[in-house]
Amino acid sequence: MPLIELTGIERVFTLGDSAVHALANLDLSIEAGEYVAVMGQSGSGKSTLLNLLGLLDRPDAGTYRLEGRDVTTLTADEQARVRRERIGFVFQSFHLVPRLTAAENVALPLMLAALEPAERARRVDKALQDFGLANRADHRPDQLSGGQRQRVAIARATIMQPAVILADEPTGNLDRATGEEVVHLLEALNASGVTLIMVTHDAALGARAGRRVVMQDGRKLSDG
Amino acid sequence: MRPVDTLRFATRAATGYPLRTFLMVLAMSIGVAAVVVLTALGDGARRYVVNEFASLGSSLVIVLPGRSETGGFNPVNAVTSTPRDLTVEDGQAIIRAPAVLRTAPIAIGTSEAVFNGKLRDVTIVGTTADYLKLRRMDLAQGRFLPVEDPNAAVAVIGAKIQSELFGSESAIGKVLRIGDRRVRIIGVLASTGQGLGMNADEVVILPVVVAQAMFNSNTLFRILVEARDRTLIEQAKAQTTALLKERHDGEEDVTVITQDAVLATFDRILGTLTYGVAGIAAISLAVAGILVMNVMLVAVTQRTGEIGLLKALGAEGKAIRNAFLAEAALLSAAGAVTGYLLGQAGAFALRTAVRVLPAYPPDWAVVAALGTALVTGLLFGVMPANRAARLDPVQALMKH
Repeated sequence: MPLIELTGIERVFTLGDSAVHALANLDLSIEAGEYVAVMGQSGSGKSTLLNLLGLLDRPDAGTYRLEGRDVTTLTADEQARVRRERIGFVFQSFHLVPRLTAAENVALPLMLAALEPAERARRVDKALQDFGLANRADHRPDQLSGGQRQRVAIARATIMQPAVILADEPTGNLDRATGEEVVHLLEALNASGVTLIMVTHDAALGARAGRRVVMQDGRKLSDG
Repeated sequence: MRPVDTLRFATRAATGYPLRTFLMVLAMSIGVAAVVVLTALGDGARRYVVNEFASLGSSLVIVLPGRSETGGFNPVNAVTSTPRDLTVEDGQAIIRAPAVLRTAPIAIGTSEAVFNGKLRDVTIVGTTADYLKLRRMDLAQGRFLPVEDPNAAVAVIGAKIQSELFGSESAIGKVLRIGDRRVRIIGVLASTGQGLGMNADEVVILPVVVAQAMFNSNTLFRILVEARDRTLIEQAKAQTTALLKERHDGEEDVTVITQDAVLATFDRILGTLTYGVAGIAAISLAVAGILVMNVMLVAVTQRTGEIGLLKALGAEGKAIRNAFLAEAALLSAAGAVTGYLLGQAGAFALRTAVRVLPAYPPDWAVVAALGTALVTGLLFGVMPANRAARLDPVQALMKH
């Protein structure tokens, strides 16, 4: 059973009176533990695909099975629960809450999942340790470097031990060296068994993935 | 999300934007403080008046000349001419009523008092010996009007007259000229302060016959009647009315009021006034509520990216709604508490500035102000919170 299975996915946006097919008749199957780079020009539909995979958006047609379960028919709150427990997001612009400390940002998913405070603190401590952020726990995002911010974001994405990490241009706002560091981190997570799906238009970055899905006009141009 | 976490998250959000939070709390607190201070003022005025009446004596019945018609047009009044005067004899007659303990007629007027070249305008009260007990007054020196000789040219003066005309000297035995008459001072009242607008410290009390002769009039201003007991007030009133009706050829041409009735009327008028000012002040609370909504709508727009993130991290609509509602509730609660403290401080300042005014905000006003603040804050927080909960996560995330 594949981890992710998309069949006949359609996503249509209406701009004025013209309909734009952001995704058209898309089939995609991803096995657990894969490392997939989704590539393509801007407007090719790769972000729409990622939003759909992350259950932030619903397809107009087709089915999405996550771990064998049809998730397209779930209610918004049920989808929120799936996102919380099975999916981790890493964004280009980090998306940290500015008034919260690094530790509090990492703890957000645990707080939303209503975990015991003691258990939360234990898991956050361990995550900060693992990502080399132990001495930055009480810093707010504006007191952290770009690389540190993205490490906080990755720690947050993995704290619930999700099945899949969706990364949208994770190195887009970082310099080359820090970007490299972040990619190594994500790859290490993938090596430990987490499925990694990364949207990028950086060919060099895409080349590192085990599988490249190239998108064009809402369709798969190549896959492999 | 646990309730504790929701509250903590909302607190962090509120303290994360200190200026906005400060202004919001300020607006809400002004509303609450306005209610507290204004009702304190209104209720203070009510209590002041009630206390003043109580100082008159507790089982008083007051007789006024003329019929005051409060029950609408009465055809009897259309044919009657001017009412009969209230006379000293009327006052003496009332004492026969079984429920009546004592009576005192009052003739009132103003005149000039002269002693040793010092001249002063004084209020003349013409009455009888029972007046002192009836008004629960005390003497500082000397004695009150004699029972035995109602025509004696004697006077009892207020404490202020004593100090202004005689200084530290004793006034007892001195002869005071009032208008064109000379009276011998036989007593000085103890200082009492204000009493129903008429300052008892500034009066000269003469025997009623002397006063009437001075004013060249037979009529009385009032007859004060004291019932034997508080429970007999209504009986005293009825008996007084019956007696005077009999004496006035069967015509009921006087008004007999009990102090309780007067008190109740003032109580009602001033109580209504307090509700009125509370209502006006409550408008500022409604305005503050709309402000809460405005501020929370701005907060939703400002934090759209954050809401999108929370959704991506798996927050249900309910969790986001609760967080924003909690924030609105916190802002209003902080405003309400600050306003309450400000209001109490204001009322305290009022009491310090105007010592005679017992300006304490009534409990109902405090409860209503705090309740309204919290309810409006929450009510006006619902719409922004729902808007936040319904945001499309994809759109929201793009707004970072």
